[in-house]
Formats: sequence, C-alpha cells, structure tokens
Amino acid sequence: MRITVNGVTTNVDVEDEMPLLWVLRDELKVKGPKYGCGIAQCGACTVHVDGLAVRSCSITAKQVEGRDVTTIEGIGSPDALHAVQEAWIEHQVAQCGYCQSGQIMSAASFLSMHPSPSDDQIDHAMSANLCRCGTYPRIREAIKTAAAKMREA
Amino acid sequence: MVNVGKIARRSFLVGSVAVAGGVAFGYYAVQKPHKNPLLASLADGEATFNPWVKISSKGITLITPHADLGQGAYSMQAALIAEELDLEFGQFDIEPGVPAAAYYNTALGAELAPFRSTDESFQAETMRTVFSSVTKLMGAQGTGGSSSVPDSFEKLRIAGAVARETLKKAASKRTGIDVSDLTTRQAAVVLPDGTMLTYAELAADAAKIKPVKNVELRDPSEWRLVGKEMQRLDIIPKSTGTLTYGIDLDFEGMLYAAVKVNPRQGGELNGYDASTAETMRGVQKILPVTNGVAVIANNTWRAFKAVDAITYDWGDAPYPAEQADHWKAVEASFTDDFLDNEWRADGDVDAAIDGNSIEAEYRAPYVAHQPLEPIGAVIKVTDDRLDIWVGHQMPRFVQQQIAAITGHDVKDIHLHNQYMGGSFGHRLEFENVKLAAEIGNQMRGEIIKLTFSREEDFAHDFPRQIAMARGRGAVSGGQVEAYDLGVAAVSSSDSQGARANLSRPGPDGQLAAGAWNLPYAVPNFRMRTYKVPELAPTSSWRSVGASSNGFFADCFLDELIHAAGADPMAERIRLCDHDVSRKVLEAVAEMSGWGTDLGENRGRGVAFVESFGVPIAEVIEVTNTENGIRIDKVFVAADVGTVVDPINFDNHVKGGVVWGLGHAMNCEITYADGMAEQSNFHAHEGMRLHQCPEIVVRGLENAEKVRGIGEPPVPPAAPALANAIFAATGQRIREMPFNKHIQFV
Repeated sequence: MRITVNGVTTNVDVEDEMPLLWVLRDELKVKGPKYGCGIAQCGACTVHVDGLAVRSCSITAKQVEGRDVTTIEGIGSPDALHAVQEAWIEHQVAQCGYCQSGQIMSAASFLSMHPSPSDDQIDHAMSANLCRCGTYPRIREAIKTAAAKMREA
Repeated sequence: MVNVGKIARRSFLVGSVAVAGGVAFGYYAVQKPHKNPLLASLADGEATFNPWVKISSKGITLITPHADLGQGAYSMQAALIAEELDLEFGQFDIEPGVPAAAYYNTALGAELAPFRSTDESFQAETMRTVFSSVTKLMGAQGTGGSSSVPDSFEKLRIAGAVARETLKKAASKRTGIDVSDLTTRQAAVVLPDGTMLTYAELAADAAKIKPVKNVELRDPSEWRLVGKEMQRLDIIPKSTGTLTYGIDLDFEGMLYAAVKVNPRQGGELNGYDASTAETMRGVQKILPVTNGVAVIANNTWRAFKAVDAITYDWGDAPYPAEQADHWKAVEASFTDDFLDNEWRADGDVDAAIDGNSIEAEYRAPYVAHQPLEPIGAVIKVTDDRLDIWVGHQMPRFVQQQIAAITGHDVKDIHLHNQYMGGSFGHRLEFENVKLAAEIGNQMRGEIIKLTFSREEDFAHDFPRQIAMARGRGAVSGGQVEAYDLGVAAVSSSDSQGARANLSRPGPDGQLAAGAWNLPYAVPNFRMRTYKVPELAPTSSWRSVGASSNGFFADCFLDELIHAAGADPMAERIRLCDHDVSRKVLEAVAEMSGWGTDLGENRGRGVAFVESFGVPIAEVIEVTNTENGIRIDKVFVAADVGTVVDPINFDNHVKGGVVWGLGHAMNCEITYADGMAEQSNFHAHEGMRLHQCPEIVVRGLENAEKVRGIGEPPVPPAAPALANAIFAATGQRIREMPFNKHIQFV
C-alpha cells in the first residue's frame, strides 16, 4: 500500500485495518504523533489528512491510501517553525509536552479555517485534545498569538 | 533490601551523639561524601569537579539527576549550576547521569520528620538533620515530594562554584596571575587584560589539580538566571515533535511487546488460551509473566491485538470485589483499634463541643494517575549486562527490582533515564520495569520495547488512597471555637513502600498531611488519623495525603465559619498564627477583590492548605448557570521562599489547579468484580479545555526555606471550588467527584 507522509510516498506492507498511528510510529518511524488512548479521546496522535485534523489512532492505513498525511514534523522544524509552533515556544506552553504535537496540529488546522477565532470557538475546537499537565491557559494564549501571526503573514 | 525502619533507629543514635557534640563512626559515615560516579567514565583530558559537572576540550556537560517528568527539572538543575559557573543556556549539554548514591536527595529526609513545616524549633531542625542523614546513608536518589528544588537549590550552586573556582585556579597556574585578579564569564576565565581562556581549553589542566573546596555563593542580588524568566531547554523540541520520550525509542531489530496482567490487581492467572493469538500476523512469541501473559510482535499494534485475542481465566482479587465494600471498610475504621495517631490535641474539644456539635462527613474516592505517555520500557538482557531505557523517578530502586528478577549484579544493570510524558506519581512504581525484566530475561540478547495499552495502564494504575473524614466542631460569638477532624484512609505510603521493599517507622504522616498542620489557632483543635487496612493497592498521587485531606479539612472549617456567621476570609486570617501563611491569605484576598459584590447567581470560595512546606491559598469564583456550574476565575497566592523560574512557576501552579479541579469535579476509580471500571479517558478525563477557568498566580517570597511547587497547588483547588459552590447555591458538597452531586458546564 502506498502512503504519502510529509510529501514522501512510501510502500508499506501492513494490514488494511492497521491504524495510521502505528504505521507512522512503528513502520515509518515518524514519532511526532503520540499514542495516548487509542480511541480518539485524547488527541495526542493528531495529524492532518488532506489538511484536516484527524486522530491517527482511529483512521486506518487503507483510509489514507492516496491521500496526503502531514505530521507535526511536516508543518515546521526547529529551524523553520510554523506560526503555531512559534507561538507555542513564545508562551512556553509545554510541561511534559507529550500532548503538544497533537495540540499544535489541532490548532494549526483550526486556525486555517478560523483566522480570527472567538474564545468560544477556541474552547470548542480544542476540547478534544487532553492535556494532563493542565497547560490550557497557555494553549489559549498561544492560539491567539498564532492567529495574529498567521493573519499578518 | 534496605529497611528504613532499622536505619532510622540506628541514626537516631547517630543523631543523639552528634547533637551531644560527640564524634562517632556513624557520624563520620554521615559526613563522608559519596563517590563521584563521573570518575568511572571520564575520557582522557576530561575533568570532573563533583558529580554534577564534567568538562573536556570538546565541551561542558551538566548532570541533572532529578528526573524530568515534565516539570522542567532538567532546566532548573542546569540553571542552578550555570548561575555560579557563569554559563549561558546553549553553552552546555545535559545528561541525566547514572543511578548513584552521590545523587541522594537531601530534601526528602527532612520531610519525614514528624514536625509541622512551620516549626523551626531546635528539636524540629535536629530531627530533620537526622532524617536527612538516613536518606544519605541509603543513597536514596529520587524525584518526588516536590523536593527537586529544595534538594538542588544550594548544592547545585555549590557544584557550579566549585567548578568555577577550580578552573580559575588552573588558569592562575597557567598564567601566573593571582586568582583574585581573575573573573569568569560566558564559559571562560577572563584575564585582567580581557583575554578569555575557555573552560574547554582549561579542562585538561583543571583535571590535574585538586578541586577548590571553600567557595562562597553569590548574593541573590548578583543572580543572572535564578529568579529571572528562562526558556526551558526542552521547549523547542517539545513544540516541534522532535523530543524523544521513552516510548519513542527505536533500535535496529527491536521487537515490540504488549502485556495483559490480571486486572484484579494481585490476582493470579489460572490459565489461558493463546491458540488464536499464535497464528496472528507479526506475533513472534507468547510468554508467561507474573499473573499474566506477554506477546512479542514486530509492531506495537499487532502485539496489542494479539494480547487481546488471548482468552484468560483470571483468579480472584485479594481485596473486596465491589466498591461498596471498600467504603464499608473505611466507614468501619473510625475506632480506637485503627487509630494511627493523634496529631494535634490543643485545648479540650470534647468540653468545648459539649452537646452543641456541628457535624459533617466527607469522602474522597480512588483516582488514577494516567499521565498521557503510557508506561513501558525498552530492555536488553544479556548474560553479563542489562540495559533498560525508561523514565523513572527512583532509578536505584529500579536496579534492585530488576536484579531480583534476572539475578544480575546491580552494577551490571544500566538504567538510561528518559524524558517522561508526565507522571503525577505513576512513575514511582515498578510494574513496567518488572514486566520488561521478565520479558527480556526470557528473550536474552533481543532488544524489546514494552508499551502498556491505555486500558492496561488504567487496569494497573495504583490509584490515590480512598479516604473519609468525620468532623465535629463548635462556634460561639461569631468565631470558631472547636475543630475536631478524624480521617480514615488506606495508607498509600504503606502500599507503595511494600512494593519498594521499604518499611517506615511510626505513624503515617500522609494520613494527616494537609489537615493537622493547618496554621490556625482554634482554641480547641484535635486531629486524629485512622489507618484502614489495605484494600485495593494505592500509591502516591500528586500531593498524596493532602489531595484528599485538604478538601476535608478546609471545607469543614468553612462549614464552621459559616455556622459562626463569620466571613470566610476574615475568620481564616484571624485564626492564622503563622506569619508567612497569613500573608498568603492577605495576598489572595487582595488579588481577588474579596468582599466585592459578584452579582446574582455567583459565589466565591477560599481555601488554604499547606503541603510540602508551601502555604498556598486559592479563591475561586463560580456562576450557577442554567446548564450547571461554571468556574470563572481562580486566584492563587503561594509562598515558596524563592521562585527559581517565574514562567515555570506560573505554568506549574496553573497546571496544579487544573489537576486538582478536574479530578475533584469529574474523576473516580471504582471497582466491580475486582476490576477498575474506568478503562480509558472517556470515563476518567480530568479537565478539558472548555472547563478551564482563567487562573491568576502570585508567588510570594517571605518564607525562609526554598520549596518546590509541583504538588502544593493541588490540595486547595477542590475545597475552594466546593466552598464557592456553597456560596453560589447554598449546596454543600462533601464528596468527590463533585459531578455526582452537581452539574458543571
């Protein structure tokens, strides 16, 4: 099966029903998306499929065949940060950081559709991503900063 | 195995001798430094000055042995060394170091002494010294108990200063310039003419001389880093998905393991049928482990699927199968037979109450830790060496646990500590490392990554203690006159200690933590604890005893204050007999505008709890909306003596409030048929972003001693919320989780 991740297409020999998360982590060694719950409850595994935020633990390999998968590694890097990543660093959002790849991917997708989000929209969009450390106040601030950066860009 | 009880008794003698001015062998053993573990692996031309600093011609490495669970411990430790060594962030690497006695925790022992942390009497300080000697003799390296900052604050600055002065001495020898004419800046010794000799180029010379011993620490007014806003060393990797956690490790040829162990914790496996699992794609091996089965496959998901395809015949739980029976056992423990200690008996509560008793009963359920990175480990066992890669708070105990399974000598067990995706007390336990050792031992030569599924992690979490409190009190003349609180709980310290082969002398201080030490001069004040015989196994959960006791103790006081007709803030301030604590209350009153009118359907509650030496007060504002209670705003004032990094402090306090509120509102673990009924985050989600209030934080620095902030923000959150709900609705909630009694937005 041919899967395209961060612009690179690879042949993978996996079961049709293997969740994308485990194709990424164990077969393609892309470790940015994290395993947290396996049932789309925590959002730590969030990636973009054709630009939309998706829980990679709950979408199968077969379902992404022929579509573009983008992980946190694909939206920016330490040398070329995405606006959301810049904002996350400015606000020093992370504590343990384990959920933050998923938070950033959810935020990036959300902001691409809502360039000037209201507080309620932010709360609604980001409540599917769990943070056990409780960095929510900083996530809210960073999203507003990122929105401003993206509008200026 | 080490027995803390025995050592404690022995060092009581040591302490007595030392206090009397005598010098005995034991005293010598306490004074003698542990061996520097860096000496064992120094490269040619590399210098080490103490267990925390290593410099070679290639660069500078700082050793940060306190584990980083997400709390920023690596950055904090590095900053303290860098402060005195005159390094900037970016001029050094960090390593967690190897498990070693030299990294024993100097702050944990002091907390074991049975004195209120506000007690700075001679007796209290002496006992703290004695208990610290115990942890030193044990070489007890550990991260927990909000102790990383108190442990590190002085000793790591000294480590930096020793390295700095030794490098200056080396520069003096090389140039002939007197040490007093040399300064340091930017990882270099600076000569009077401005020439900079880098530490790297001085390392080989410095390695040849004896480290300078007498150093002076800089005055706080000269600090460049401490107390200033810092950027955490891990913030860029954590914002770009490039940080490697234990679960992300990858090695050539690595195999993947999943386990299923009897969900009735401690129950046996009577039998299993793996015939379907054996035929599944990618399955390499199916192995028995203690009370369960492991599947080794070529992909984590395949291992998860196969271990789920096995049918199991599980034995019974060694504790009551049904939750109701756990509560009955707690209810039945408020008797003299189970009395663990009377912690406080000021005045005469019985006489003061005398038939006019105000009474209430409180409950706190089991709650799970469940950090977002599930537990696991990577292991490779060979006949003469064992390597384990895992994030753990007690590395030397891990070595002991593994040695007991594989038979390796502790010195041949190499633990490579990893960045952790949270802990909250979960990574003080050993289930993952013991199972990894059992698997690795049966597959010697292979490198294997064990990952717990979320469901397996929930089933084998050792939750917070189940606890109840019964309060009696009396008021008169608008004041609280008598306060009598009894707490009955299982001992998470005993449960956890048994698994770590530790026993502790005397009563369990965690049964009373956060309640007996309230700094209130109620004329008649009694606090007793009753130890409930072990039910389900339990463990330290962020803020431990105070996480339930803070709720009981402060809410019951709030009930008495309301019964007296007094103002909740004014009466707490009037009763407070500890200056630093009173200032905390006054600060939060001022921050929150206490006393101003909030308008209709709104209410404000205050709570104060002292835990881990930190007095902390929180005021919460709520609105009673048509759809339930909405938490609008939280104000927090806490005194940690010195705030090392204001940003991390702020983030931590907010996180602690979210942790405390989320679990108090929404979470419990209950048992049915001997198994935890909550299997994943849908049933135990803590707080999500839409419920998170605005949180305003102020750090005070009036206290003498520096303290850690990891746990103290948790205990006041639940009582402040319950008190606010009462103020807004008149409904007094006496049981967590609150959502059993009231709806939240």
